[in-house]
Amino acid sequence: MLTALLLVIRRDLLLSFRRRTDVLGTLVFFIIVCTLFPLGVGPEPEMLRTLAPGVLWVAALLASTLALHRLFGADQADGTLEQMLLSPVPLALIVVGKVVAHWLVSGLPLVLLTPLLALQFGLDGSATTALALSLLIGTPVLSLVGAIGAALTLEVRGGGVLIALLVLPLYAPVLIFGAGAASSAVATGEVAAAPGVFGAQADANFLLLAGLLAAAAALAPWATASALRISLE
Amino acid sequence: MQISLTNHSPRTIHWLRYAAPQAFVPLADRLIPWLFSVAALLVIAGLYIGLLRAPTDFQQGDAYRIIFIHVPAAWLSMVIYVVMAFWSGVGLVLNTRLSAMMASALAPTGALFTFLALLTGALWGKPTWGAWWVWDARLTSELILLFLYIGFMALQAAIADPRRADRAGAVVALVGVVNVPVIYFSVQWWNTLHQGSSVSLRSAPTMATLMLQGMLIMTLALWAYAAGAVLQRLRAIVLERERHADWVQHYLGARV
Repeated sequence: MLTALLLVIRRDLLLSFRRRTDVLGTLVFFIIVCTLFPLGVGPEPEMLRTLAPGVLWVAALLASTLALHRLFGADQADGTLEQMLLSPVPLALIVVGKVVAHWLVSGLPLVLLTPLLALQFGLDGSATTALALSLLIGTPVLSLVGAIGAALTLEVRGGGVLIALLVLPLYAPVLIFGAGAASSAVATGEVAAAPGVFGAQADANFLLLAGLLAAAAALAPWATASALRISLE
Repeated sequence: MQISLTNHSPRTIHWLRYAAPQAFVPLADRLIPWLFSVAALLVIAGLYIGLLRAPTDFQQGDAYRIIFIHVPAAWLSMVIYVVMAFWSGVGLVLNTRLSAMMASALAPTGALFTFLALLTGALWGKPTWGAWWVWDARLTSELILLFLYIGFMALQAAIADPRRADRAGAVVALVGVVNVPVIYFSVQWWNTLHQGSSVSLRSAPTMATLMLQGMLIMTLALWAYAAGAVLQRLRAIVLERERHADWVQHYLGARV
């Protein structure tokens, strides 16, 4: 079972590595969206510091939605997905493998890029750590929940827009807790010496975000597996 | 046109026969006029009490009278989503055709009431709060509920094969209903964590009896309307899906 999981992850990572432009495209999209915000709202450092967590989070949401169609699209086109449905390994496990691989190439790079963008938005050290940490916990939830949408919209007319329509409302709690954790940390940084790691409010948000991750990890693969069965029956 | 079904089943599961489309459609034909008449009568009674008899609120003036539409619509918008998810679940588990069609018939009515609740809320908010829209927890979660309805309908509309559309929609509805409480509480905490809400629906004064009566009557009226509209839509969906079946031909032939 575990070997099957590792094989799926390894295979998907290898495929993404062979198609590097897709991965880079998501990343550049993330950077561009973040760059557009200062152009839109003005360069005042104080305002940008307040906006930064929300901006980075919304940009991460959009970038992750944009990458979702790659999750099952290619496998479905060349028939691999049908073979996966027929295999004796539980489909939910294969889904977990694919989601992990997808997160490694579309979520993790965003987390790694966060310090650079946080620097541009003028965040200090602890706020940057909090923001990167919130994205580290939150982006896997996006991949897990997004997988349900990706599975449902396989081979559907106007699938790209439809995924966004289905998945973005479901992302609302992740955005609230993720951006909430980071922006409370930004606010606490100015007060300094608040209780907890990043301040009590930020810690509460982090715990809720981790709770969402646990719930999504437990439930989303099953929903995705049944959605795949429906789409390919 | 009498549809004869074998009637040897015990009385206890008699009602299950209406799960069959050919038994459902005549039932809907009988129920729909009743539901719409009840809705019309109750709307007249409720609006009479609400708009003419109920006392003017000492704080909000006459602007509060929009609650006679707003509150029932908001309740229904949430109830319908849960009912939709329930029938989706039934359809997915038991593989009954009518349940899935019921879910698709419910969605537009639910979306309509969600929109109505948002619209009347905005109309009430302007004179009372001084703003058309505030990012209050309830408003925001109601807006997200509207997006969920739209997503459900858009997905069903985009899939050509009706069976696949039914089941894909069912998954979306179930995922949505798991998320609705999460969304509601997250939005509420988001609002309270950021800043204390300067306006709260909870601080409304306790209601006069006439106001409460008007609101309850209007709630029943909208429920009756919703049931009638959903059955009407369900009847149309059933007849369209089963148009090649013999019983539909007989049924439509008998009605002409």
